Amino acid sequence: MIRVTNEEYAAMTKQASPKSPAVKNCIFAFLVGGLICTMGQILFNLYLSFDLAEADARTAVSISLIFLSALLTAYGVYDDIARHAGAGTLVPITGFANSMVSPAMEFKSEGFVMGMGAKLFTIAGPVLTFGITASFLYGIVYYLIRFVLGGM
Amino acid sequence: MPQRIGKDTIFLPSRPRVLGHAALGGKKEAQGPLSACFDQTFDDTRLGMKTWEQAESKLQTEAIHLALDKAALAPGDVQAIFAGDLLNQCISSTFGLRELNIPFIGQYGACSTMAQSASMAALFVDSGVCETAAAVTSSHFCTAERQFRLPLEYGGQRTPTAQWTATAAGALIFGKSGGEVCAEHVTFGRITDFGIKDAANMGAAMAPAAASTLTAFFSDTQTKPEDYDAIFTGDLGKVGSALLLQLLEKNGLDLSKRHRDCGLLLYDTEKQDVHAGGSGCGCAASVLCGHILQEMEAGRLQNILLAATGALMSTTSSQQSESIPGISHLIHLRIRT
Repeated sequence: MIRVTNEEYAAMTKQASPKSPAVKNCIFAFLVGGLICTMGQILFNLYLSFDLAEADARTAVSISLIFLSALLTAYGVYDDIARHAGAGTLVPITGFANSMVSPAMEFKSEGFVMGMGAKLFTIAGPVLTFGITASFLYGIVYYLIRFVLGGM
Repeated sequence: MPQRIGKDTIFLPSRPRVLGHAALGGKKEAQGPLSACFDQTFDDTRLGMKTWEQAESKLQTEAIHLALDKAALAPGDVQAIFAGDLLNQCISSTFGLRELNIPFIGQYGACSTMAQSASMAALFVDSGVCETAAAVTSSHFCTAERQFRLPLEYGGQRTPTAQWTATAAGALIFGKSGGEVCAEHVTFGRITDFGIKDAANMGAAMAPAAASTLTAFFSDTQTKPEDYDAIFTGDLGKVGSALLLQLLEKNGLDLSKRHRDCGLLLYDTEKQDVHAGGSGCGCAASVLCGHILQEMEAGRLQNILLAATGALMSTTSSQQSESIPGISHLIHLRIRT
């Protein structure tokens, strides 16, 4: 017999539950996210100095960061960094790589096809679905505006 | 023969005895404050097996064998085994215990499964249908993470209210005679739901269930918290424990001097990065079968209650935005008189 209503209990729970340290999380995210982007810039300058064209150098930066993220994930380090960095490791392209490599490692035990193959996109899947949908919508809006303005 | 007293409590007049018990833990558990209480700990979280699920099954196999050894019994001497875990269809139990050839009754009560299984084993012995009955439960951080949450290596942040699933198992065997510790009462809890939906705050979801079962027990037995040396709850963690004390205060019960929580005993919450504390079927099981029973046998605790709690949601119900029903089962253990 508990003499509280759901509303009263929700208020009690809110009071008793510690909040996520938002300021600390934001500072760490800012620093680590910035560090990853700075690394990207350093790599970009490096590739340019190897006489790569600008577009190719940008692609090479993405490939390098994805590779590093996958490597750190495989060695079980990435999640330890992310525990402190939060959005700082999640938002850059490294986070996307981690979200594909981690289920690939995890679900290998259920086989290559129905395990790894099927579960590879468990986390990245929704991002792709809505990302691609959003880009289609953007394309249509862009087309209509151009059409109305008579630029086509 | 068991007798019902009051509304929900069952008195066990023959007072089934604990003949043997064993607690196993993983690496993180071995680094915690209770490290000396485990019969065996494993540095390798895979226990040398191919999958995490096999590792958890092995925890159960090893736990029951150790408990049998300590009770000087063979598997053939046990007439029923009650076992459960957190995985879908309770595969840790079924795969871990399939070689034993003991009549098996699967149990599910989420993190309360040990109190439920132990209560069932004690009831079977007290009713006279079994000479000896066993209870074993387990949980594994890695199997629980991949079933309920995200891949292990996924880089995410946890909220401070989240709990850490213990890699641990506990087994105990009840019999008619022998052994210092006996079971005197059991209370099976009612499903209690106060509308908490946050799966990262299970302590809050389960606290009303513990409060409900403890209130029923004290009322049925006409006892008060001070009559016991310690009252253990299973896996409420920091948030749930605070809420439990507040809820019981409203019922005129002051638990603060006697209350201890298995989820807070198993880890050092300041140093071990487990957020609000431990959880999982193996948490209450290993604390009961290691720490609590050892303290009782050493004479430091005479008379205790264990009210283990479980959050009865699934990943499907959580995704469908259902609230989290809680459950709490209680077993009353004391040194035989």
